[in-house]
Amino acid sequence: MMKDSSILFPGAPADGGTDQGKPPAIEPTAPQDQRKAGRVGDWVARYPALAAFPFVLCASLLLWEALVRWQDYPVFILPRPGHVIQKALSMAADGSLLRHSRATAIEVGAGLLIGLTLAFVLGYWLGRSRTLDRILSPYLVASQTIPVVAIAPLLVIWFGSGLLSKVLVTTVMVFFPTLVSTVVGIRNVDPDLRELMRSLRAGRRQLFLKLELPAALPVIFAGLKLSVILAVVGAIVGEFVGADVGLGFLINLGRGVLDTPMIFVAVLMIVLLAQAMYWSVTLLENYLLRWKQLGLKDGD
Amino acid sequence: MTDPLLQAQNVSHNYPRRNRVMPALAEVSLSLRKHEFVCVVGNSGSGKSTLLRILGGLLTPTAGEVQFKGIPVRGPQPEIGFVFQNTNLMPWRTALENVLLPLELQKPLDGYDRERAGAALTLMGLEAFADAYPSQLSGGMAQRVTLTRALLQSPALLLLDEPFGALDALTRERLNQELLRLCRDRKQTALMITHSIQEAVFLADRVLVLSGQPGRLQGAISVDLPRPRTLEMLTWPQAGALISEIRACLATGAQEAAR
Repeated sequence: MMKDSSILFPGAPADGGTDQGKPPAIEPTAPQDQRKAGRVGDWVARYPALAAFPFVLCASLLLWEALVRWQDYPVFILPRPGHVIQKALSMAADGSLLRHSRATAIEVGAGLLIGLTLAFVLGYWLGRSRTLDRILSPYLVASQTIPVVAIAPLLVIWFGSGLLSKVLVTTVMVFFPTLVSTVVGIRNVDPDLRELMRSLRAGRRQLFLKLELPAALPVIFAGLKLSVILAVVGAIVGEFVGADVGLGFLINLGRGVLDTPMIFVAVLMIVLLAQAMYWSVTLLENYLLRWKQLGLKDGD
Repeated sequence: MTDPLLQAQNVSHNYPRRNRVMPALAEVSLSLRKHEFVCVVGNSGSGKSTLLRILGGLLTPTAGEVQFKGIPVRGPQPEIGFVFQNTNLMPWRTALENVLLPLELQKPLDGYDRERAGAALTLMGLEAFADAYPSQLSGGMAQRVTLTRALLQSPALLLLDEPFGALDALTRERLNQELLRLCRDRKQTALMITHSIQEAVFLADRVLVLSGQPGRLQGAISVDLPRPRTLEMLTWPQAGALISEIRACLATGAQEAAR
């Protein structure tokens, strides 16, 4: 179930744009008969996306290569996969790849830490109090109508072009989805279970830990998945506006000196970073919500 | 022993509605002795669930007072256990973990608690489902888990609000028999809300009839069928007479309400 929903956010394919939105549908045919299938077949049936990935990757690279050869593009318009790999290796060797990726990753991490903490705390209180929600909601919604690209320059003017301004842009980006999902999650806690906890004279802390948190978690995760993807977008936007390090800075630099392979390497790293975040959250979700994966059994 | 375990005096309750009040219960007085099984029968809307929540301290009555062991009830009591009609199990906890919840809220769990909970589930015929999640249980099994959860706290008083009301008739019959056996073995004092007259006669030592709007107590009927009870007793003329009497009592209340 969870695996299928990931198709909503498949991430850009590694070729950075020539082959967008190819669905991961090309997979070796899943075995119909489980008993005959054997171990490999079982594995494919369980992880169709993973099994299909090598094929999708090869097909994309071949198409890309063919396109460049056919149209005979110069390298600064569209480099071949080989050029990009070469560039990536040389950047890895001189340490610049790690330095820029790390800078972006730190911005993403710090922004998530602050933004998610604020979203959880405020979301919990808005979920608990309708009055507070009515008072604050209009401002929160209004704040979201301002494009982040528009306030990023302000943040850079106020907080400089260092780490802080990027962290703040990221914070602003990740805040809202998690806030909304936390409010909805807390508000929809089963009233029968609230009454049960009351009849058992549970304290505030127990109510939160044993009921509200686990009950709201499935909804919160939906917002969390959006937030981690947006965190990467936030960091890149911040770097575009003003930075001297980071993957967004690399793209800006590459545009200036027409080093297109470098742009491709940066985009590739951004995709990898976002994918890693998204799948970490998904794995955590599958682990924490493993009770949801069980179907109905016959009984009684 | 002569002191009642639970006593309600002139309990009335009104629910606030937009700009008026909706009376739900009027002047209900009742008392419950130790080891007694009492059923409250009433039509829907007669304030049965309101009464149960007031008796258990989940709801403060507009007027009147409830005393448990001679002390006025203000808020939920540790010695009163509930079983509600809606199976209120936490879907993220296994049957065993759900049963352990009340103990867990009082103190850190130890091996003895787990052992006791496991034994209680076994007693209810659920040993194979201790590690099953509620979504894997049938309605009857889930309600057995809530009953186990309530009994594991060894409550002095068990309050049941149409506990098997959402189940099919056969499962319901069987669970009623099990409930009766459990209450006899443990000398459990219990008060159960139901809208089934047969069920009340089968289970109770005493049947209270709640009727009208707001609900008033229309009468108390002692059920002098011998124990242990069997389903077959419901076909006895004696049981038939009791059922007619309760039905008549309900009808009087309804007529009064209509006037």
